[in-house]
Amino acid sequence: MAQFLNTVFNGLSLSSIILLTSLGLAITFGLMRVINMAHGEFVMIGAYMTYLTQRIFMAALPGSLFSMYYFAAIPIAFVVTFLLGSFMEWAVISRLYGREIDSLLATCGISLVLQQAARHIFGAQGVNVTTPKFLSGGITIGGCTFSYNRLFIMLFVALILFAMWFVIYRSNFGKQMRAVMQNRPMAQCMGINSRKADNLTFGIGSGLAGLAGCSVALLGSIDAGVGQNYIVNSFMAVVLGGVGKLLGTVLGSSIIGFSGITAESFTSSSIAKAIVLLIIILFLQKRPQGLFTIRSRSLDE
Amino acid sequence: MKKAFVKILAALTTFALLSSLLVGCGSNSGGSADTVTVGLLHSLTGPMAISEKSVRDAEVLAIEEINAAGGVLGNQIKYIEEDGASQPSTFATKAEKLVGQDKVVTVFGCWTSSSRKAVKSVFEDYSSLLWYPVQYEGMEQSPNIIYTGAAPNQQIVPAIEYLIEQGYKKFFLLGSDYVFPRTANMIIKAQVSAAGLETVGEEYAAMDQTDFAAIISKIEAAKPDVIVNTLNGTGNVSFFKQMSEKNYDASKYMTMSFSIAEEEVAAIGADILKDHMVSWNYYQTTDTPENTKFVAAYKAKFGNARVTSDPAEAAYDAVYLWKAAVEKAGSFDIDKVLSVIKTGEISYQAPEGKVTINGENQHLSKTVRIGKVGSGGLITEVFSTSSAVAPDPYLTTYDWAVAANIKPLE
Repeated sequence: MAQFLNTVFNGLSLSSIILLTSLGLAITFGLMRVINMAHGEFVMIGAYMTYLTQRIFMAALPGSLFSMYYFAAIPIAFVVTFLLGSFMEWAVISRLYGREIDSLLATCGISLVLQQAARHIFGAQGVNVTTPKFLSGGITIGGCTFSYNRLFIMLFVALILFAMWFVIYRSNFGKQMRAVMQNRPMAQCMGINSRKADNLTFGIGSGLAGLAGCSVALLGSIDAGVGQNYIVNSFMAVVLGGVGKLLGTVLGSSIIGFSGITAESFTSSSIAKAIVLLIIILFLQKRPQGLFTIRSRSLDE
Repeated sequence: MKKAFVKILAALTTFALLSSLLVGCGSNSGGSADTVTVGLLHSLTGPMAISEKSVRDAEVLAIEEINAAGGVLGNQIKYIEEDGASQPSTFATKAEKLVGQDKVVTVFGCWTSSSRKAVKSVFEDYSSLLWYPVQYEGMEQSPNIIYTGAAPNQQIVPAIEYLIEQGYKKFFLLGSDYVFPRTANMIIKAQVSAAGLETVGEEYAAMDQTDFAAIISKIEAAKPDVIVNTLNGTGNVSFFKQMSEKNYDASKYMTMSFSIAEEEVAAIGADILKDHMVSWNYYQTTDTPENTKFVAAYKAKFGNARVTSDPAEAAYDAVYLWKAAVEKAGSFDIDKVLSVIKTGEISYQAPEGKVTINGENQHLSKTVRIGKVGSGGLITEVFSTSSAVAPDPYLTTYDWAVAANIKPLE
C-alpha cells in the first residue's frame, strides 16, 4: 500500500513538474503555433532569477527574512521572462509568422545565444538555490514521506492552471487572444489589435516558463543547460495532449509523468525513458492530432 | 562598381594571407626557442563542468608555479586549453586537434571514463601522452596514459572493506549510467558477495536525470544499511537534495561516495551531506607541509571561497610528475619520457604524501583515506592506510576479484 501511494505521489509530482514547464509551451506552441526552441532557456532564466533573488536577500536583508526570498523570486522571474519573451516576439518572432521552419531555426539560435550568455554571466559551473525553511523536509503519513517541496509545486501548478484558465477562457483579453489565433483577418476586422495580442500572448507564455524555472531551481542544480533537461518532455506533453488545448496539455503531462514513474519502478531509468517514448509513438500513430483537437469553422483545419 | 568590389576582395585576401603568415611565424619561433606547449582538455561546459573546473585550475596553478621557478629544462610552459563540453565525441575531436594540429608535447585532461576511453585511441595513434588525474574503475593500462588518480584498489576496494569492518551488511549501489559506475559496481558486487553479504539493489541514472523520486522509492523498498554512490556531476545535487526533502540524513541512510570531494560538497550543500562518508587519497584537511603550501597557493590564486579536492590535487601532481620525468629524460620527446617512467623512479613529494609512478602499469602508489563530511563543508579523515598502497588496476592480487573474473567494459 505504502509503495503504491508512493508511486502515485511520485507520478503526480513528476507530472506537475512536466506540466509546469509545458504550460508556457501550450500557449506559444499550442495557440500561436510558434515552435519556440528557446523555451527551455526561459525556464533556465527563471531559475537563475530565483538564484539572484536569493543572493540579494542574503546580502541585503537580515537572516530571519531569508526564506521569504522565494516569494519575491516568483514575480521577479515572471516579469523578467515576460519582458524578454515580449522583446523576442517583437524583434524576431513577429517577422517570421507563418514561416514555421524559419522561426524554429531562429529560436534555436536564440537558445544557443542565451545559454552562452548565461555561461558568461554566471560561469559554467552549476549554482545552487537553498530551499526556503518552510519547504525543506516533508510530512510522513502511513510510511510515505511527502516532501513539502513537491506538495508546493503541485499547489503552485494548480494555481497557475486556474489563473490561465481564467485568463484564456473567461477574460476579455483571452477572448481577443483566441479570436486572433483562430481567425486573424476576422479578428482584425472586429477592431482587435492583433499585433498587441500576439505580443502579450508570447510574453505570457515565456513568463510561465520563468515561473517553471522557480520550481525547477528547488529540485537540483542550475546551469546554462538546465532548460534542455525539461524541454523534450514539455514538447511531448503538448503534442500528445493535442496542440491548442489546455486540458490536453494537463492530460499529456500526466500520461508522461505517470508512465515514466511506473515504468521506472519496474525497470531502470534508461529503459523507462524508452518505454515512455514508445507509448507516445504508438499513441501518435493512432491519433496524430493528439488527445484533443480544437473544433473550428475555418476550412484549412 | 564591380571593379571596386574586386579590389576590396583582393585587398581582403592579401590581408588574410599576410596575417595568417605572421601568426604562423609567431608560433614557430615561440615554440622552438624557450617555451614548450602543453594541452589542457577538460569540460568547461555541460554537466561535468561542475567538477572539471577545479582540476583545470589546479593544472594552471602548477604550470604557473613551475614557470615562476624557472620552467622545465629552461623552457617556460605555455598551455592551449580546449573544452570537451562533457561529450566524449567532443573530447576525441579536441584531443586530435591538440596533438595533431597544435603539436603539444603532452596533454593533461579528462574526468569521466567515457571521455578517457574516447581519447585513448587518439593518444595511442599519435604516440602522444595523456595525464589522467581522476580516480577511476581500473581495468585499463594504455602505454600512452599516466593515471594519477586512484585505481580501484586504492579507493573502492578499501572503502568497501572499511564498510564491512564497520558492520554494514546490506548494500545498495547507485550510479550514473556510464562505464565507471558500472565497472565499479561489478567489483563491489564481487567483493560484497565474497564477504558473504548482500547487494540489495543496483540502479543507474542518466547523466542529465533531474528526478530521483522513483530511485528513492526503490531504496526505501530495499531498506539497505548503506548506499554506495557513484553518481557523477549534477546528478549528485538532485539526488541528495531529493533525499533531504524526504527527511533522510546520514543516520537513516548512510552513503559512501566515490565522486564527491570538497568541490561537490560546496555545490550540494554541507548541511545536506553532513556525516556522509567518502573515500579518496587526499582531503583539503590532509596534514602535510606540502598541502599547507598547496592550499594557500590555490586560495590565493582562485579566491578564499574555493576548496582543494582529491582530483585537483592529483592534477597538480600530474604536472609536477611530468616535469620530473622530462627533467630526468632531459628531453620533451615522448619515447624518452616514457622510458624513464618505465624505470619506476619518477616520484614527487605531493600534498597527499610521496607518490611514485609505477613503471609497469603507469598508475601511482597512493595512501588511501576514508573521510566524513563535517558541518563546515570540509572532509575529515576517519581512517587511513599506514603507507602508500601499490596500484593494482586489474585487481590481480585479490582472490575474490580473480575468481569473479571481472572484465573491462568497452
